[in-house]
Amino acid sequence: MKPTSMGQAVLIAAAVLYLVSVFFLSSPIWMGFSLNALIIAVVALSWNVTGGFGGLFSFGHAVMYGTGAYASAVLQVNYGVNAWIGLVAGIVAGAVMGAFIGAITFRFGLKGSYFALVTLAFAEVMRICASSFAFTGGGAGLQVKLDPGISTLQFQDRTVSYTLLLLVVAAVMILTAVMKNSRFGAYLIAIRENEDAARALGIDTYRIKVIAMAISGAFGGLAGVLYLQTMLYIDSTVVYGNAISVEALIGPLIGGAGTVWGPLVGTLGLHLLGEGAKHLLSNAPGLNFVLYAVVLICALRFLPQGLMGFAARIGPFRKKEEDDDNA
Amino acid sequence: MSSLILPAVLSGLTMGAIYALVALGLTLIYGVLHIINFAHGSLLMLALYAVYFLHFYLGIDPYIAIPIVLPVFFVLGYALQRGLIAPMSSGSETNVLLVTLALSLAIDNLALYFWTSNTRTIDIPYAYDTVEFLGAYLPLGRVIAFFAALAVAPVLWLFMEHTRLGASIKAVAIEKRGAEIVGIDVNHAYAVCFGIGTACVALAACLLLPTFYVTPQVGYTFVLVAFTTVVLGGMGSLPGALVAGLLLGVIESLCGLFLGESLGQIGIFLAFILILLFKPSGLLGRGVKA
Repeated sequence: MKPTSMGQAVLIAAAVLYLVSVFFLSSPIWMGFSLNALIIAVVALSWNVTGGFGGLFSFGHAVMYGTGAYASAVLQVNYGVNAWIGLVAGIVAGAVMGAFIGAITFRFGLKGSYFALVTLAFAEVMRICASSFAFTGGGAGLQVKLDPGISTLQFQDRTVSYTLLLLVVAAVMILTAVMKNSRFGAYLIAIRENEDAARALGIDTYRIKVIAMAISGAFGGLAGVLYLQTMLYIDSTVVYGNAISVEALIGPLIGGAGTVWGPLVGTLGLHLLGEGAKHLLSNAPGLNFVLYAVVLICALRFLPQGLMGFAARIGPFRKKEEDDDNA
Repeated sequence: MSSLILPAVLSGLTMGAIYALVALGLTLIYGVLHIINFAHGSLLMLALYAVYFLHFYLGIDPYIAIPIVLPVFFVLGYALQRGLIAPMSSGSETNVLLVTLALSLAIDNLALYFWTSNTRTIDIPYAYDTVEFLGAYLPLGRVIAFFAALAVAPVLWLFMEHTRLGASIKAVAIEKRGAEIVGIDVNHAYAVCFGIGTACVALAACLLLPTFYVTPQVGYTFVLVAFTTVVLGGMGSLPGALVAGLLLGVIESLCGLFLGESLGQIGIFLAFILILLFKPSGLLGRGVKA
């Protein structure tokens, strides 16, 4: 989690500075924007577990997000269940969805573009289901009753929501760092680098990948619940939509996939860029995604390791030791 | 109910022909470049707008527009592959997928920016003239599309099997370095292939618009169906794409009939997941690259 170079330290400091500055801006527009960016950062961190560390590129990460959001919303709206239980249910539902998709796709050896497409197909199936059944509210979606309070996980003061979201993002990042430095993380990275070699060394690659999908699903489900508790309304095109799947992968790829800070740095950077374009150019829908696409294409060509990977080369700390490591 | 099944099957076949036409271009690109072109649906959407505006501003009938739109989209596809996708992806399969994803994102959202999300249709008086066949009334536009798809698949197949360019494209597909050594311009072959794939989409757009609509989101609705068609038919197989497209049209139509209109497409996506899981080599494929 610690920066390895001056460049990374600057990037991280910029991100933290921005996140702290929101407390002092006292602007409802920035607050709303930052709440949204942080929720997306959690989805990005979720994608990062499988896509960044495991090299399993999912194109349908909305399936986790939507499942988490719907699990909590259905329980709260239809069965009057407490929001905290809904939160846990959303995380569990996301994890189960992730593990389920992983278990069947990896059992049949899908990888690369096949895996990317099949995750997208799962997200579409879930989107159509959610918009067709009565208990998920059909096309109209589900609305949680406004009732601020700690027991309902709704907060009138958006500064409180923001503080809690910051804590959640920090917790997810700490878990990511713990995972990265654990034996499990090393196995997962080994699978990304060379799956056959990893298997030859005795790693149960199937099990590791399914667990990674479950962890990613838990984070994604959590992000979905955060969205639900912030907006109090979900519908299938929003939470199972393609935009979430795209945002899940684009932030880590720009920021640096397979790093702890990359997803947050990338997501914040992209959202600031999109917001800036909105103010400078026009408020028309879609413009931010055009910018994201241009940035993604440039990053793939010129920053294959993302911003964090690029920054690692600027003024590295402990240069000598690393040279020794490489030698 | 049973009296509804035959018309549903026939109507599914005519929609399936459009799926086949879109998928023929995609499978050609996959078969040679071994890449999944995520922007395929967005290019279809762009072609639909092209046909729409040709009709709207110049009054050009969609069928007359074929000789205009087809070459333009061939050049567009050629230029995209040569000028953007190849240089930006540095030869990695994942990067090609991501570059084409970004491309589709850019095209879709530019369309949304310039043309808004309004649904647009054109009014061709004869498009909804019906043809009666076995007790089913089918729109003339769909019937034309059906026979066009049946005609295009063999033409593409003949091109690949019996022309010099087709042979060089196949050589590149099988052994890139070997093809380079014997003097084939690999980048040109890639780009021609991409161009033909894009031209197929343009043709599909000309045949589709008279009985369909266009919105910036329409590409996304087609792209997964096109992937499904390609995978079901066997990656890179032209006859496979034709058969699979027709089959999926029927599956969608029957799912819509039995499960309700909104659940029609679910049959396609479930078919996609099941095929990828159980028979990733497809109906007429020759096995999958590990």
